[in-house]
Amino acid sequence: MPDACLKTIDGGYVTPASAPAPLLMQARGVSFRPQGKPLVDDIDLDIREGRRLIVMGSNGAGKSLLMRLLHGLIAPTSGEVVWRGKPLDRTAMREQAMVFQRPVMLRRSVIANLQFALAVRGIGGAERRRRVEEALEQARLGDLAKRPARVLSGGEQQRLALARALACTPRLLFLDEPTASLDPASTLAIENLIATAHARGITIVMITHDKGQARRLGDDIAFLHAGRLVETGPAARVLETPSSGAARAWLEGRLYLDDLSSPHTSPTP
Amino acid sequence: MFRRQFLSLALAGTLAATLAAGGSAPVSAADEKFIIVQSTTSTQNSGLFDHLLPIFKDKTGIEVRVVAVGTGQAIRNAANGDGDVLFVHARPAEEKFVAAGDGVKRHDVMYNDFVIVGPPSDPAGIAGSSDVVDALTRIAAAKAPFASRGDDSGTNKAELRLWKEAGIDIGAASGDWYRETGSGMGATLNTGTGMGAYIMTDRATWIAFGNKGDYTIAVEGDNRMFNQYGIILVNAEKHSNVKSELGQTFVDWVISEEGQAAIANYKVDGQQLFFPNAPAGS
Amino acid sequence: MQDFATTLWNAVGLILLGDADLIEIIALSLRVTLSAVVIACLIGLPLGALVGAFRFPGRGVVTVLLNALMGLPPVVVGLVVYLMLSAAGPLGPLRLLYTPTAMIIAQTILVTPIVAALTRQVIEDLHSEYAEQFASLGVGPLDRVAALLWDARYSLLTVALAGFGRAVAEVGAVIIVGGNINHVTRVMTTTIALETSKGNLELALALGVVLLAIAVIVNAAVMALRASAVRSAYA
Repeated sequence: MPDACLKTIDGGYVTPASAPAPLLMQARGVSFRPQGKPLVDDIDLDIREGRRLIVMGSNGAGKSLLMRLLHGLIAPTSGEVVWRGKPLDRTAMREQAMVFQRPVMLRRSVIANLQFALAVRGIGGAERRRRVEEALEQARLGDLAKRPARVLSGGEQQRLALARALACTPRLLFLDEPTASLDPASTLAIENLIATAHARGITIVMITHDKGQARRLGDDIAFLHAGRLVETGPAARVLETPSSGAARAWLEGRLYLDDLSSPHTSPTP
Repeated sequence: MFRRQFLSLALAGTLAATLAAGGSAPVSAADEKFIIVQSTTSTQNSGLFDHLLPIFKDKTGIEVRVVAVGTGQAIRNAANGDGDVLFVHARPAEEKFVAAGDGVKRHDVMYNDFVIVGPPSDPAGIAGSSDVVDALTRIAAAKAPFASRGDDSGTNKAELRLWKEAGIDIGAASGDWYRETGSGMGATLNTGTGMGAYIMTDRATWIAFGNKGDYTIAVEGDNRMFNQYGIILVNAEKHSNVKSELGQTFVDWVISEEGQAAIANYKVDGQQLFFPNAPAGS
Repeated sequence: MQDFATTLWNAVGLILLGDADLIEIIALSLRVTLSAVVIACLIGLPLGALVGAFRFPGRGVVTVLLNALMGLPPVVVGLVVYLMLSAAGPLGPLRLLYTPTAMIIAQTILVTPIVAALTRQVIEDLHSEYAEQFASLGVGPLDRVAALLWDARYSLLTVALAGFGRAVAEVGAVIIVGGNINHVTRVMTTTIALETSKGNLELALALGVVLLAIAVIVNAAVMALRASAVRSAYA
């Protein structure tokens, strides 16, 4: 599967180099309004295979909520999420994985955390052993394999969480501020793992507050403000010349409190 | 991995439970030769059964399991069929039990007597009396605290009969100077001595009782305080699970010459507690 | 009462010397209580985990019911079990009345709601931490319950301990369904009740101290196990 993806990204036989990569996932008018409060408001978004989409926006803009809606952890109040042309369901979720801002570590050893994720997907025997080995090696956690996961450092825990997600060989990986509370060395290790995953053809959707990280890892940027998608486009363009007031203010480090209708750019780049 | 751990955990638990359940089985299954006797706290607490039962088991190989509760509860348990033999002390209730078809036949076994014990201060001035009706009248007149079993036991029934004979309505005094503990003889003695009340008890329990404090016997020797024990085989015609043969063996032995001698031989501090009086040859 | 120390010392002496009767009573106490706790855990752990990990209609009612049943009066349980097992009752033919099995049944009924209610709490807390990760990994309902129970194992030890404490100290139910028959159904608590009714208060108290000591030993062992788990951040 990763091979096929690679071909597509590299502009192989399916599409001309200039044409956009095929659609993997689509949000169509997705809204989330508990008690009528629009926390995520009418979002249209295309996620294309093999791309790395960075979701940005100030605190409370609805980034994490949007990610949970896309991953199917929460059902939208209205609108729909489409996965490879069909409505998102449990099977589709199994082709995705998510790493949370605060890694959830089972109260077991490092190796048992990996084994658990594979076991619930029905992967056992030699295949599981191989994938566990690979994950430990990639995340450089081989020496810590027998250690209780919850006594690892924050960086080690996040590496394990990422390795655990990747061991399940998802097509799409959601990352919710995976390096938010990590030191630079740990951040680098995580970024390297993400880069490796991307090189294998895994589509990435990541939330970050770090402009540098967005530039290093992003192909596209989607900018959220007050639950609405106010700007999307290639990472370099959005970071250098944001067209929306909200994105411009945020990137310049200003507070942006305008709750009136903000400029609404087309969701497709 | 986790599935295997969970499974082994569950398995270990089941195994332990099975072992525990299995462990209890041999007691009732392999050792079938036993009977259950519904009896009273006075016979148990006085140590009489600890003296009698080993002798009986040596002779017959039958294990006797005693459930010691108040006479009232013992009779009700037996009427449910939860026992093979009834060994209590409340003649009218026992006769009713037989008349209702729950028991085969009632036999007199032994007697002892009731006494009234009281504190050294003797607020009703009854110490040394041998007239129980007079003593109760004095207690009521002085409104001196009196602790009653209040549990429908044989002792309780006997006590109520005596109050009635004295013409005193203890219902009106309940909660005032007349205090019903609603518990066994021992518990009532513990409570009563604690509150400085007079208490009517069977002599056997009193002699064997370990928490007398400074209490002494105030009233004794009135033949109205005679305490007769009876033994009844539970009727298998009504309660099919009753082990008639084993039960009858026990009843026969208790009223036999040998059983009666064993009862007479039981002494605490050199005092005989029960006086056998089964009619010879019954 | 001034010779309480002497009596206590004598009671301890009886155990150290291996007094057969006392050891038999202690062994039966432990057998009945541990069996009841194990069975209660087999029922209560999965039940509590189901209520703790899933949302379903009537869940609030079940939770309230479980919590309320924790306060079941032992005498009432004893009576109900007596009426069931009595020769005149529906389960009379099983002939379980006045056997250790009857005592195990009564204590299981007392302990199961405690295990289930406390398990629900533990599992609910853990599940709130795990829920999103489980949903993301696509963990099925059965695997979810199993994983939660396994990961909460050290907290659940404390739950089992609470059940053990209730059962081992209980007298009201076992004296009714067991009958306190010497060498058959006489346990620590019923012996204490009997000695109290005989007025042997010092001996009763000494037996109480022995019972307490057993409870302390069991608790200390479980806590030591838990402490090692805390060091691994498993608890």
